[in-house]
Amino acid sequence: MLAATVRVTRDLDAAEESVQDAYVAALEAWSRDGVPERPGAWLTTVARRTALNAMGRRRTLQAKLPLLLEPEADEMDEPRDDDAIPDDRLRLVFTCCHPALSQEAQVALTLRLVCGVATVDIAYAFLVAEATMAARLTRAKKKIAAAGIPYVVPGPADLPERLDAVLTVVHLLSTTAHAAPTGEALVRADLAERALDLARMLHALLPSEPEVAGLLALLLVHHARRATRTDAEGRLALLEDQDRSAWDSAAIARAHDLVVGALRDAAPGRFTLQAAIAALHAQAPSYGETDWPQILALYDELLRLWPAPVVALNRAVAVAMVEGPEAGLAEVEELEEQGVLAGYRYLPSTKADLLHRLGRHEEAAAAYREALALTENAAERAFLSERLDES
Amino acid sequence: MPEYAVLIYEHVAPEDLPAEVMAGHEGLPDRIAEAGGRTIAGFALQEPSTATSIRGGLLTDGPFIETKEVLRGIYLMEARDLDHALELAGMTPIVEGGVEVRPLLGFEVVEDS
Repeated sequence: MLAATVRVTRDLDAAEESVQDAYVAALEAWSRDGVPERPGAWLTTVARRTALNAMGRRRTLQAKLPLLLEPEADEMDEPRDDDAIPDDRLRLVFTCCHPALSQEAQVALTLRLVCGVATVDIAYAFLVAEATMAARLTRAKKKIAAAGIPYVVPGPADLPERLDAVLTVVHLLSTTAHAAPTGEALVRADLAERALDLARMLHALLPSEPEVAGLLALLLVHHARRATRTDAEGRLALLEDQDRSAWDSAAIARAHDLVVGALRDAAPGRFTLQAAIAALHAQAPSYGETDWPQILALYDELLRLWPAPVVALNRAVAVAMVEGPEAGLAEVEELEEQGVLAGYRYLPSTKADLLHRLGRHEEAAAAYREALALTENAAERAFLSERLDES
Repeated sequence: MPEYAVLIYEHVAPEDLPAEVMAGHEGLPDRIAEAGGRTIAGFALQEPSTATSIRGGLLTDGPFIETKEVLRGIYLMEARDLDHALELAGMTPIVEGGVEVRPLLGFEVVEDS
């Protein structure tokens, strides 16, 4: 509804006000006349009408104010595939995730404007003061208006890169939800739900984009395993210790179908590859019976495509499972020497686990202590302390 | 159309720029026009060492902000939106450095009376 209204107002703040006015009007009208047959459409119509009225009043005043720009059809000299992707929400997502905005701003704007999450809740999710988050949102909206960030779905030439930015934001939301760096709860269910909703929406709007299918599959697997990531006492449970019978098998089956479809693409992207890895894990009867050689092959491909140190660390775990802990440890130590993951808590915890398996208990304990010093997440701290006691 | 300033940061001094880069600068307004934009004005700056700054009434030698990057020139143009402006600004020839795109708040040419 906000997306439909912003097309009229071309100004996000005005659109938000109009939408709020529409809700107030709905409360009055619906309690008087009953709820209409299509409440969503009713609200959108009222919000757009309110916006148009308000704009009429302010038109002269606003003549010199920078507005959120949507090019008129006659201004566009190249055809854009708006016919193929007609949804206003998609334009809104691409505006919110424009690379001219910082990633922090992209995430905040997407939650606020696309998902409709209240500023105070976004602030809570990212552990900043509400005033800080409100200022961040205001700054971002001001930039959209002042710099003329267009309210369009990018043309075919720019779509892959711009879509990657959108998918990165949704993925970031999901990883933030699943491994909050601080705080008591390991999983912030609300945030994870929002990320999944966004992925579903993007897939519905862009059904032929394999990477969108890949991201949706990845989030579905995360979702399927969410309940088992912590035990009854809220402590972190590793993949190998999780109760696989409690995983959501319908979600995993859906993820599998999406991955199979996305892998038909000649050159699978990073989200599809991550989803394929996650789906293989999710379908294995146990940690030991996982198809590790296949997972290692997928990690090789992922690392080639996306040479990130974190990917290399995850690949090291697969190396350890295929070639033994010694080989995995060598990979981890090489990453440690490169210093590219300094301060990243999962490096010492992975190293500690491999040392533990090799029976090098004193070194393992030192690595567990190093990992403990790097995390403030209560669930992870409890887990690491327990491991430290065992080693 | 909205107006934008393009700030050119180039490490290489104008006299050391290869001939084809200089030619690229000269032909830039035409290329911008071909791509649907319009150049309004452009100017190149002398070396930063020639700058004098006034801060609180105090004169100091050199540019106001000391940076490794050297601001060599600015041009003003019209573009449909930020995406279009970035596409146009990306055509600026640069040897080492880059450009910054800033939307204009105002632009006024003072005519002789």
